[in-house]
Amino acid sequence: MHKWFANIGRYFLMLKSVFSKPERISIYYRQTIREIESHGIGSIGIVAVISVFVGAAITIQTDFNIENPWLPRYIIGVTVRDSLLLEFSSTMVGLVIAGKSGSSIASEIGMMRVTEQIDALEVMGINAAAFLVLPKLIALVIFLPILCALSVAVGLLGGYLVCLIGDVIPVSDYIYGIQYVFYPYYLAYAMFKAACYGFLITTIASYFGYHVEGGAVQVGRSSTRAVVISSILILMTDLILTNIILH
Amino acid sequence: MIRLEHIYKKFDDRYVLNDITVNLEQGKCNLVIGESGSGKTVLMKSVVGLAEVDQGEIWYAERNFTRMERHERQELRKEMGMLFQGGALFDSMTIEDNVMFPLNMFTRDTYSSKLDRVNFCLDRVGLKQVNRMIPAELSGGMKKRAAIARAIAMSPAFLFCDEPNSGLDPKTAIKIDNLIHEITTEYNITTVVNSHDMNSVLEIGDRVIYIYEGCKCWEGTKEEVLHTDNEELNNFVFATRMAQQIKREG
Repeated sequence: MHKWFANIGRYFLMLKSVFSKPERISIYYRQTIREIESHGIGSIGIVAVISVFVGAAITIQTDFNIENPWLPRYIIGVTVRDSLLLEFSSTMVGLVIAGKSGSSIASEIGMMRVTEQIDALEVMGINAAAFLVLPKLIALVIFLPILCALSVAVGLLGGYLVCLIGDVIPVSDYIYGIQYVFYPYYLAYAMFKAACYGFLITTIASYFGYHVEGGAVQVGRSSTRAVVISSILILMTDLILTNIILH
Repeated sequence: MIRLEHIYKKFDDRYVLNDITVNLEQGKCNLVIGESGSGKTVLMKSVVGLAEVDQGEIWYAERNFTRMERHERQELRKEMGMLFQGGALFDSMTIEDNVMFPLNMFTRDTYSSKLDRVNFCLDRVGLKQVNRMIPAELSGGMKKRAAIARAIAMSPAFLFCDEPNSGLDPKTAIKIDNLIHEITTEYNITTVVNSHDMNSVLEIGDRVIYIYEGCKCWEGTKEEVLHTDNEELNNFVFATRMAQQIKREG
């Protein structure tokens, strides 16, 4: 228990360092662009592939579960759209990026710690926590909502394809359904959740990397712990935000 | 000059630094020697602020480092250069970017003047045509040289070297030692070198501080090291058969 509190305390102390004034804005800006390229643009492929299959699967499952002949067929399109918007896309993107970028961030910072590169930054007079974490944090907080919106779009495309190829419901019903009574607020809600997940993934992975002690084995372990803890916290945050915002 | 006054540091209940008082002089190579685990690295980390001391004060000329706020320390650190055991070069950057990094962070010079400075530093440490290489493409000795180039890029007043010879063959080790000594005298900087290599002591030890089990056990010059009565230091200096034979033969 004592260790948990110590970890939470150190996490917030790291956050305090991360949000202190940067030495050179232009260098941080360039770093942020690099991180967006690495963790954001580099994740478009995997998010698109997963989303298209999830969208297709949700469409088939919804069709399978709605057997009532009194319900119009376009309701499947409505359900797929709202499922993707309200839950699947943001949470799925969060978990995928926690696995992909979270482990990468924890390993990168962890290796820098064990090879004394972080000490070298500190001795130069650079705030190492801010220099290493802030660009990643900005990149993921900005780009995760974009990935989430992309995931919704590609997921809907997956549903469309399965209607077109698999003859689940008529394509016209599906298209009508995904346009039926659309609340833009749902999209804002999904993107807000994704931004929160971006914050959690970056700070937790950075924390585990930043405080690693030992060698390659410990770096690997801290990377695994970063993914596990951020995945759990993503699901907890999902529950909390859903309860606060939608309930 | 750096002055350490009654430095204490303990991990759990064990003192790793016990009442260390020493002056590290400007324009000289101050060698801190001792067995592995004697507290040399903790002492150096305490001096540069990577570890906090439990008691005592560290003075950089007239500035009390131990009482400084974080931002004041960051300012002072711009006057420091440090060579880490493994070099600690940023492995995602080229050698040129590594050496230019502190210049990018703290100066507003033009790119061409920064590049001139980088080339000067690399030339000074004897590295040529490595600008576009990444650290993984260099040998151990070249990495150390590149790390020295990065450490001197900002013309530091204080240079810290943590076991600069570890993992190097004797010939390369002597070259690195001589390079550190040349830079120290050339720029009149305060250099602190951690080492357990007796060759380094005899080569560049303008001042030698022997740490034994966390305490300052002996202090003197490289000439005095070989003729001291201090038993612990003698055991350290003449630990190898070769050294014992040399001692017997006078």
